[in-house]
Amino acid sequence: MKMPLWLKRQGWLLDLAILILAVLAALAVGAVLLLMAGTNPLVAYKPLFLGAFSSRYGLTETLVKAVPLMLVGLGIVIAYRGGVLNIGGEGQIILGAVACAWVALTFSQLPGFLLAPLVLLAGIAAGAAWGLVPGVLKATVGANEVLITIMMNNIAFLLLTYLIRGPMIDPQEIAYGTGYPQSALIPASTWMLRLIPQSRLHLGLIIAVVCAALVYVFMWQTTLGYRIRVVGVNPRAARYAGIRVAQNMIVAMALSGGLAGLAGAIEVTGVHHRLLDGISAGYGFTGIVVALFARLHPAGVVPAAFFFAALLVGADMMQRTVGIPSSLVVAIEGLVVIFVVSSEIFALRKER
Amino acid sequence: MGTTLFSQGFIIGVLATGVRLAAPFLFAGLGEVFAERSGVLNLGVDGIMLMGAFIGFWAAYTLGSPWMGLLAAAIVGALMGLFMALISVHLQANQGIAGIGLQLLGWGLSGLLFRLTFGAVTGVRGFPAIEIPGLSHLPFIGPVLFRQNILVYLAISLVPVSAFVLFRTTLGLKIRAVGENPEAADTLGVSVYGIRYLCVMLGGILAGIAGAFLTIGQMNMFVDNITSGRGFIAIALVCFGRWHPYGVLVGALLFSVLDALQMWIQVIGAPIPYEFLVMLPYVLTIVVLATAVGRARGPLALSKPYTRGER
Repeated sequence: MKMPLWLKRQGWLLDLAILILAVLAALAVGAVLLLMAGTNPLVAYKPLFLGAFSSRYGLTETLVKAVPLMLVGLGIVIAYRGGVLNIGGEGQIILGAVACAWVALTFSQLPGFLLAPLVLLAGIAAGAAWGLVPGVLKATVGANEVLITIMMNNIAFLLLTYLIRGPMIDPQEIAYGTGYPQSALIPASTWMLRLIPQSRLHLGLIIAVVCAALVYVFMWQTTLGYRIRVVGVNPRAARYAGIRVAQNMIVAMALSGGLAGLAGAIEVTGVHHRLLDGISAGYGFTGIVVALFARLHPAGVVPAAFFFAALLVGADMMQRTVGIPSSLVVAIEGLVVIFVVSSEIFALRKER
Repeated sequence: MGTTLFSQGFIIGVLATGVRLAAPFLFAGLGEVFAERSGVLNLGVDGIMLMGAFIGFWAAYTLGSPWMGLLAAAIVGALMGLFMALISVHLQANQGIAGIGLQLLGWGLSGLLFRLTFGAVTGVRGFPAIEIPGLSHLPFIGPVLFRQNILVYLAISLVPVSAFVLFRTTLGLKIRAVGENPEAADTLGVSVYGIRYLCVMLGGILAGIAGAFLTIGQMNMFVDNITSGRGFIAIALVCFGRWHPYGVLVGALLFSVLDALQMWIQVIGAPIPYEFLVMLPYVLTIVVLATAVGRARGPLALSKPYTRGER
């Protein structure tokens, strides 16, 4: 795989201009669609853009949603830089959440200072294992990782559905006859510290930002990170240089899955305190948009995650206040992706 | 239960359902064969299917005819195919990522439009089953093959037609040349861009029809993300079928019969959690991708944008 041309640095001003144009173009298309459906786009867009900033709740929820987006986005950056396109964030988040909740419920007798880090590690390990499968298949037999990660998302989703309705269902729910599909509450000793009282904002935000710094250091200051990047840019040259291509691809995918698994574990320990349906809520897909938007750079992932988290919160507000389905944001995300990758041609033309 | 599993009624039921469920894989898979043979990997098939499913449903509902639904789905598929062709052929975007973008677009847009227009689950009159006179009463193969709706017959007959076009016509030769060696094709005066636009749009039309099959040929309703990844399975089947229409037919039947078996086992109430049964096709797809693909070779120029004058 050749280094994608749109990744070549052309000065941050031009980069930013392309991103802003992509968002504006996506919004313009969205506006036309809304008009065709008989809705005033201005009515829809006001809560979409201001919702996240109009209240304390909106602001803290934006930060809460930015955490998983940041972690998944960072993972996708590592994988893509290593030549693998990881669409499996959704499944890796689910597996991370499942492992985290399972360890927390099974070893609930352990002291908190042991259990709290243990559940996060369990999440990382499960996510990494889920990412390892497509990584190994891509590296060894050249199987299409996009298709495999998508199948694994579906499998993870079904596994979650099974667990929270079957083996992991809350005994309390059964006792009171509600049978609501969710697990029992995990022990309070594993709950993440809340940063602001009366909000869901938790310690995970700091963890995610630290991870961004760590990913930067890893990718640009360590030998392993360098090897992964070389494999991503030019596997043939990497092989000549004596770099084990398959091995590095697998490591990149495992790290990528591990970060998504951590995101899942943090969703459990920081936000819901239990395993439930929709624990991933599309973060795996929005994480792809975040990573692309950040031009596959960890430093860009942080602001990009905030931007898309604000859009998600705004979409909720839009649905509640003016009744426009939040699927609008998924469509806009799709258009942003398309417009960002399509800008490759401008880099091409400039080069000649 | 053991006796139920091997009763003739059960087997006929599974096979008849299996043949019907193969239709969306066939439409989408054959379309993708054309796109990939011309060198464009369209990962947005599932997104096009979702739009085809919604638009087909909407048009069939408002205009009162499943045929209008089919037409509308084909048109929206052509437009989305045109969009994908523009992105991947002219703008030379990374096809993997562009496909994911198209998928998100189709998913979000179909969900948005459905909730803005209908708001809740509504039924629609779809294509009725057509009994082929004389053949439908044959024992065993009658109910399996000859009591299907018109789209199933259309899907199956498209297999030899696609194979004929690809391997027996000049157009097919041009398509394959463009996918294998665009430079050489260009030198010989074949329009690389033109062929790729044509194939990706044809793939879009068939994906749109595949989506419409779900809403007006099978379930007679629309729900959010109704494809549940069938578009991606269809792409996997193209690898499995080694970019050949008959290969896709074999793959599609294998899959849909397994899927049908899973449904029928649920119906008779097997002591296996249904989630594991639903997982089967996805697990099989992974096995297929991990085993069949390694040995097969796709078109050489697959997913590589072509620029004129580049050697």
